[in-house]
Amino acid sequence: MINNSSSSYTNVMLRILLYIILFLFAFYYLLPLFVMITTSLKSLEEIKTGSLVSLPRELTFDAWSVAWSKACTGIKCEGLKPYFWNSIFIAIPAVMISTFIGALNGYVIAQWRFKWSNIIFALLLFGCFIPFQVILLPMARVLGILNLAGSIPGLILVHVVYGIGFTTLFFRNFYVSIPVELIKAAKIDGANFFRIFWSIFLPLSLPIIVVTVIWQFTQIWNDFLFGVSFSEAGTQPITVALNNIVNSTTGVKEYNVDMASAIIAALPTLLVYIIAGKYFIRGLTAGSVKG
Amino acid sequence: MFKWLEKNIPKIVIAPSFFAILVFVYGFIAWTAWISFTKSRLMPKYDIVGFIQYDRLFDSPRWEVALNNLFIFGFLFILIAMILGLIIAIFLDQRIRIEGFLRTIYLYPMALSLIVTGTAWKWILNPGLGIENVFKNWGFENFTFDWLVNPDYAIYTVVIAGVWQASGFVMALFLAGLRSVDQEIIKAAKVDGVPTTKIYTAIIIPSMAPIFLSAFIVLAHLAIKSFDLVIALTGGGPGYATDLPATYMYTMAFSRGDLGQAASSAIIMMIVIFSVVVPYLYSELRNKNDQ
Amino acid sequence: MNSVLNIRNVNKKFGKVNVLNDININLNKGEFLVLVGPSGCGKSTLLNCIAGLEKIDSGDIHIDEKNMINIEPKDRDIAMVFQSYALYPTMTVEKNITFGMKVRGLDKETQKNKLQEVVKQLQIENLLNRKPSQLSGGQRQRVAMGRALVRDPKLFLFDEPLSNLDAKLRVEMRTEIKKLHYDLNASMVYVTHDQIEAMTLATKIVVMKDGVIQQIGSPFQIYNTPANIFVADFMGSPSMNLIKATTTKNKGQYLIEINKNKKKPAILKYNCKENLPKEIIIGIRPENIIEKNSSKDKNFQAIKSDVKVIEPAGSDTFIVTDLGGSEVTARFHSESEVTLGSEIDFHFNLSKASIFDPKTGNRLN
Repeated sequence: MINNSSSSYTNVMLRILLYIILFLFAFYYLLPLFVMITTSLKSLEEIKTGSLVSLPRELTFDAWSVAWSKACTGIKCEGLKPYFWNSIFIAIPAVMISTFIGALNGYVIAQWRFKWSNIIFALLLFGCFIPFQVILLPMARVLGILNLAGSIPGLILVHVVYGIGFTTLFFRNFYVSIPVELIKAAKIDGANFFRIFWSIFLPLSLPIIVVTVIWQFTQIWNDFLFGVSFSEAGTQPITVALNNIVNSTTGVKEYNVDMASAIIAALPTLLVYIIAGKYFIRGLTAGSVKG
Repeated sequence: MFKWLEKNIPKIVIAPSFFAILVFVYGFIAWTAWISFTKSRLMPKYDIVGFIQYDRLFDSPRWEVALNNLFIFGFLFILIAMILGLIIAIFLDQRIRIEGFLRTIYLYPMALSLIVTGTAWKWILNPGLGIENVFKNWGFENFTFDWLVNPDYAIYTVVIAGVWQASGFVMALFLAGLRSVDQEIIKAAKVDGVPTTKIYTAIIIPSMAPIFLSAFIVLAHLAIKSFDLVIALTGGGPGYATDLPATYMYTMAFSRGDLGQAASSAIIMMIVIFSVVVPYLYSELRNKNDQ
Repeated sequence: MNSVLNIRNVNKKFGKVNVLNDININLNKGEFLVLVGPSGCGKSTLLNCIAGLEKIDSGDIHIDEKNMINIEPKDRDIAMVFQSYALYPTMTVEKNITFGMKVRGLDKETQKNKLQEVVKQLQIENLLNRKPSQLSGGQRQRVAMGRALVRDPKLFLFDEPLSNLDAKLRVEMRTEIKKLHYDLNASMVYVTHDQIEAMTLATKIVVMKDGVIQQIGSPFQIYNTPANIFVADFMGSPSMNLIKATTTKNKGQYLIEINKNKKKPAILKYNCKENLPKEIIIGIRPENIIEKNSSKDKNFQAIKSDVKVIEPAGSDTFIVTDLGGSEVTARFHSESEVTLGSEIDFHFNLSKASIFDPKTGNRLN
């Protein structure tokens, strides 16, 4: 009995230790966010005299309004606002188009197999893994030829083309688990390719549509490489603008503005994560493990 | 005609994606590869002259630094993220009451743009006002932490930020892996009186080999493509101390106007990635076909 | 002529494997054809070919005297019930049943009438607004049948429709399908690997193996005069005893010698017109090996052998013994008093036996 109670005592201690460790990890992951938020709410004066980890003595939202509408991204000083909208105008059409194409492709590859469908799938899948550096140069030239260089439609095109590999993969893996008998039954019922897609498969697909939309939105919103390579002054996405604000070498370094800008740039994807975390994680694991 | 259309509709639907991938992925790779064998500088030239770009590349001290950095960064980033991810996953697997909440915290960095991550860590690691200052305020007068501006150590700050961003994701992968182990085997081991630690080391972790492989692939892929993080955190500096192949390629392509170097470095990047990914993809696809 | 389905010289390959090898089947109106065989024998492929869901490499398939080459499944005037039921998961039962009519552009009134007629017949009126996920296995099965019935087709195709149901429900649905066949006077092709299902449902059975038809016949023919060892072994439960034996001819009569374990071989007399080879395999069903020759029928001949296993099965008791180097099952009355290990008489009715050639496996008598 004595033995027993002492072992349950160590058990309790172990569990307390376990929770302490887990909270330490949580602290480690939250620290940067905490620092970003507190810094963004401090005055520049306080930043220079105070401590990185202290709470702001006086809350001020000046940095946020500067970041949103006045901060300098190179020559222009209109804040992040126009770039935020650029990112929206790039992301929304690119997400919609690539998701739609991915759904159709996945439907074909999973349910309407033909002789070369697996090879096409492999080719598409392979495209997910190339380092984009290898297509930057020719893409820049082709965008020039298409008269899309430095334009938002050009960036939409780039994101769609290099997004369909992943969107196809998502839908294919989802549709492949649907028994082929469903299509057989529908064929005998007289439905054709599009009718079956529209009436039977699309209504089934809500979960995977959510996963794909979230994945694509996160990817495109957070993209920097395509943005910095294929945009010009007026069409830059928010990540590029943020980098320009932070790394601009002119004037006084305004750390609070930098942090406010970073949070603004992170906010949409962070919100998506908080609202639909389950789908976000499903996309992450599906995009990596299965691919 | 109509019959033919109806019969081939799946092929017709997938054809645009197929041709897009053929041109925008494979065609572009071919173009880049071609350019890497020419004397192209500011403008592309199409006369193949052999390996001079590669000779130049491997003679360049900057490329040497970039490759070295990739090795250091890749090795540490993968190792630390895997260890950290595994430890947290195992700790989280102990029937923790607030698991969902903690998981949300551990994983949120994955929703952020690497530019945001870089900006945040750049501020935290700022010598003078960042972490260094915190310790000085706490009374450690001689504490210095200037890795960010120290050419010998700057690459390790990239590791710190990278691990912070990706380890939560590795945790999620491992946690899913832990949960997918056959519960009956674990029950059988418990009945046999195998202690918990032994159950993990002898049964659960070995059965997760495929998950380790996936995590490795994803992390390696992230490491080789790393671009945004370096740009935001160090800008490749000090000097070119934190250059990676991706930033080297970008510099050559867009600031130096040296297409030949950009193309050859991109091709080397692709070869490195494919030597990791292709065997994995091949075995994955083959397994899928077997099922 | 009232041939509903005529399959002529149909061949199909998957890669190098011959999944269908020179298939010839004819089905008349009102017949219930069951395709039976072990998994991988090509029966489901054949059904898919009839439906037009898979292409044949050569040969012809006629449905209602019309050649089906290049005819789409929807234009073949067929309906099909699948193993997994293949109900449209996002549609209600009503929509599932009417989807085909809707696609074909039938007017609302007709749709409604047909729906009412069928759901009444299948007693699923109260399920119309449910989704497939809210239905039990048996209910799903009924809905799948309903979807086929509203088509009112020339030919019904069933692909192992009962194999996902539990044993009790399976028997119930079997009866129901049989009743439906009778009520509608419909023509049906039914695929199963379950030989009991085949025996109970069919008016005509096709036994297949490795893409080759082994035998076509009525359940009675298949059961009593199997064409080869495979059919003999596959059909019937418990399966037919297959006993190795040797023959000698003696005064217009065959003497059949069966080896017994460590004892003198048993000799049976056998009359037949055909010439038998030296080595044969006797196929005899358990019910033709009994304990006592009560009717004094001279067809019965006794062999003494040891009782190895006793398996009471309620109405009967099965007795297992060793003969000719293999286990032989006999069907005794349940009241029989037999003790394990004792040597008793087993009475063989050789007039009901099948004789097979061990080399080809084919029937000799």
